[in-house]
Amino acid sequence: MTDRAVRRPASTARSFWGALPLLTLIIMIGPVLAGLFGTVLPAFGYLPAAGLGAFSIAPFTDLFAWNGIWAATRLSVTTGFAATFLSLAIVTLLMAGWSGTRALRWLETLLSPLLSVPHAATAFGIAFLIAPSGWIARMISPWLTGWDRPPDVLITQDPLGIALTLGLVTKEVPFLLLMALAAKGQSASTQRMRVAQSLGYGRVSGWLKSVFPVIYAQIHLPVLVVLAYSMSVVDVAMILGPTTPPPLSVQVVKWMSDPDLSKRLIASAAALWQLALVIAALGVWWIGERITARLGLAWVERGARNLRLDKTARPLGITLGTVSALSVLLGLLCLGVWSFAGFWGYPDALPQSLTPKNWARHWPDISDSLITTLLIAALSVAVAVTLVIACLEAEHRTGRSLSQKGLWLIYAPLLIPQIAFLPGVQTALLITGATSGFWPVSLMHVVFVLPYVFLSLTDPWRNWDPRIDTIARSLGTSPTRVLFTLRLPMLLRPILTAAAVGFAVSVGQYLPTLLAGGGRVATLTTEAVALSSGGDRRAIGAFGVAQTLAVIAPFAIATLLPYWMWRNRKGLHG
Amino acid sequence: MDNGLHLKAVEIYRDGQPLLQIDAQVGPGEILTVMGPSGSGKSTLLSFLTGHLAPAFTATGQVVLDGYDVTSQPPEHRKIGILFQDDLLFPHLSVGANLAFGLRGGTKSERQKTIETALSDVGLQGFETRDPATLSGGQKARGALMRVLLSDPKALLLDEAFSGLDTDRRAQIRDLTFDHARKKHLPVVMVTHDIDDANAAGGQVIQLGA
Repeated sequence: MTDRAVRRPASTARSFWGALPLLTLIIMIGPVLAGLFGTVLPAFGYLPAAGLGAFSIAPFTDLFAWNGIWAATRLSVTTGFAATFLSLAIVTLLMAGWSGTRALRWLETLLSPLLSVPHAATAFGIAFLIAPSGWIARMISPWLTGWDRPPDVLITQDPLGIALTLGLVTKEVPFLLLMALAAKGQSASTQRMRVAQSLGYGRVSGWLKSVFPVIYAQIHLPVLVVLAYSMSVVDVAMILGPTTPPPLSVQVVKWMSDPDLSKRLIASAAALWQLALVIAALGVWWIGERITARLGLAWVERGARNLRLDKTARPLGITLGTVSALSVLLGLLCLGVWSFAGFWGYPDALPQSLTPKNWARHWPDISDSLITTLLIAALSVAVAVTLVIACLEAEHRTGRSLSQKGLWLIYAPLLIPQIAFLPGVQTALLITGATSGFWPVSLMHVVFVLPYVFLSLTDPWRNWDPRIDTIARSLGTSPTRVLFTLRLPMLLRPILTAAAVGFAVSVGQYLPTLLAGGGRVATLTTEAVALSSGGDRRAIGAFGVAQTLAVIAPFAIATLLPYWMWRNRKGLHG
Repeated sequence: MDNGLHLKAVEIYRDGQPLLQIDAQVGPGEILTVMGPSGSGKSTLLSFLTGHLAPAFTATGQVVLDGYDVTSQPPEHRKIGILFQDDLLFPHLSVGANLAFGLRGGTKSERQKTIETALSDVGLQGFETRDPATLSGGQKARGALMRVLLSDPKALLLDEAFSGLDTDRRAQIRDLTFDHARKKHLPVVMVTHDIDDANAAGGQVIQLGA
C-alpha cells in the first residue's frame, strides 16, 4: 500500500502526449511550407542547382509574356468556380428535395464507393463515355445519328474546359454529398423540417431556409477544398482538359519536366501565380457566402412558402444526382469493357469479342506499378494512422481538444494547391542532392493521407463511451493498456475504414508521386495518366480497372475483417 | 486506523464557480447516499473520486481511503471501483474475459477458478464464453458487479447503478450489490435520484442543492 502515498510525477508523460499533436503538425505542414519556400526562391530567379543565383523578377515577366497565360488563367478560374458551384448545387438540390427518402439512401449507397475511386480512373471513364468515339456515341450510332465514323468535334479536351468541369463535378458530388450527410446528423434536420412543413413550407424551401445554413456551416471547409482542388488539378486536367493552351497547373508540370533546368524558374513563377489565383478565388467565394447569407436571410424574412419550388427542384435534383452517379459507374464499366476488348469497330456498341490478352500483355507493367502503389500506400497509411491515433489519444489524456483554428491547419494541405508547393519540394530535393524516389514520395503521401484519416477517425474516436475508460481505470488498468486492450479493438472498424480512406487517397495521388519521385516512381496512377496522350484504350482500361480495384479492396477488407473478427460479439455490430 | 473513505472538505468548482461542497466519512460496509436534482453535481463528485474530473472542473479538499490520501493519484492506483447505470461490459470480450480483465494476480488455474466461483455466486455459472450482448439486463448487471469486485477495490461508487433496471430486477440487484459490498467491508458512495435506493441503503443521506 505504500505506493499510494507517493505522488507520481505525471508531468513528463503529459508533456510527451502534449508534444504529439505538434509533431504531427510538423510532419503535415512542414513539407508544405518547405515546398512553398522552394517555389518562391526560383520564382524570383534563385536556383543554384541550375547555376542561377541572381534574384530578379524575370521569371514573372517571362510568365506574363507567354501567350497562353490568360487562357490558362481563365481556364483555372472558370473550371474551378463552375465545378464547385455545380457540385454544391446538385448536392443542395438532392438534400433539399430528397432528405430522408429511400431514393436518396439508394443514391448514397451508390455514391459512397465512388468517393474512393481515383480521380484519374473516373476521368478516363468519363472520357471513354462522352468522346466522339465514346460509348454514348456508339450506342446511338448509326441508327440515330447516322455516324459511321466518329464525328470531328472536340468533346473531351474542349477549349472551354466543359468536359473537365463535368469530370470534376461527377467526382466532387459524392464527396460533398457524403460530407453533407455526415453533417446532417448534428443539425436536428428532421425536427426542423417538421416545424417548417407544419408552418406550410414546401420541402425544398423549408429545407433551404431551416436546414441548409446549419449544414453549410459544417461543409464550408470541404467546399473550399473542392474549389482549390478544381482550380489547380493536374491529372484530371491532363485527361479531360484542353491542350493548347492547357490549364495553368498542367503547364507548370510541363515546364517542371523540361530537361532545361532554367524552365523551372518560369514553372515556379506560374505555381505562385496559381497559388495567388486560388487565394483570390477563396476570397471571392467567401464574399459570395456573405452575400448569399444576406439574400437568404431576406428571403426567409419575406416568409414566402414557395410550394411550387418542389415541382421543379425535386426532379431536377434527383436527375442531376443520378446522371452524375451513373456517368461514373458507366465510365468505370467502360474501362472494364475496354480492358477485355478484342476488335471493337466504330460504331459497334460492344466489342466483337472479349479477351484476356490485353491484361496478359500489360500485366508486367501493371504488377510492377501495383506493388509500388501498395507499398507507398501501406507505408503512408501506417504512419498517418499511427500519428492520428497518437493525437487523438493525446487529446484524451491531456483533455485539450482541437480548436477551430486547428481544424484549418488540418485542412491546410488540402486548401493549398499541390501545384503551388510540390515544385518547390522537387527543387528542394534537387538542391539537397537527395535522389528522389520511394521515401520522399511516401512522406508526401503522408501529408495528404493524414487529413483524411484524421477527418474520418475523429468522430468515432470521440464518440467512444468515456465511461469504459473510467471503469477500466478504476479496475486498476493503465491508460496505455486501456488504449491497446479496449479502445483500439472496440474501434477496429472505424480505424480500418479510416485506413481504407487513406489508402484510397494515396493510390489516387498523381502530382506528389510525379514531382517528389522525380518522375522515377511509377504507380498505377502515374502510369495511367502517362498513357493518356497515347490513347491506347485497352491499356488505359486495364490500368484504370487496376486502380479501382486497388482502392475497393481495402474497403472490402475494412468491412469484412471486423465482421469476421467480432462474429460472436453482437455488441460491436451496431 | 482510519479505515473507510473520508471526503475531507471537498469543494468542486465549474469554470471557477462553486458547484458543490461535501465533507463526509464513510466507514467500511457503510453506504453514503448522495441525492439531488440533475445539475447538482452528483456525477461530477463521483468523477472527482475516481480521478476523472473533466477539465472544466477544479476541486479542493482531499479524498482519503483507508488512511491514504489518494487525491492526486491516477485513477488506476486508487482502488476505487465504480458501477454505472449501464453495465458497460466490454463488448469485444467474453463474459469470462471481462471478469479476468479486472482480476488481479494468481496463476492461470487460480484465476479460472476465481472467475468460475464469482459467476456461480451470482447465478451465471457456465457463462464464461458467452457474448455479453446476449445476456439479459439483470445478468449483465450481475456480471458488471462481479467484474468490479474481482478487482479487489477498497471502495465502491454507484452512479445511478440501478436506474436502468425494471422494477422487480431493481431491488434484487440492489440487495445483491449491497450484500457483497458489506461482506467485503467496502465503503460505498451511491448517487441516485430514487428515494427507494436511499431507503434500502439505510445509511446517511446527503442532499445536494441545485
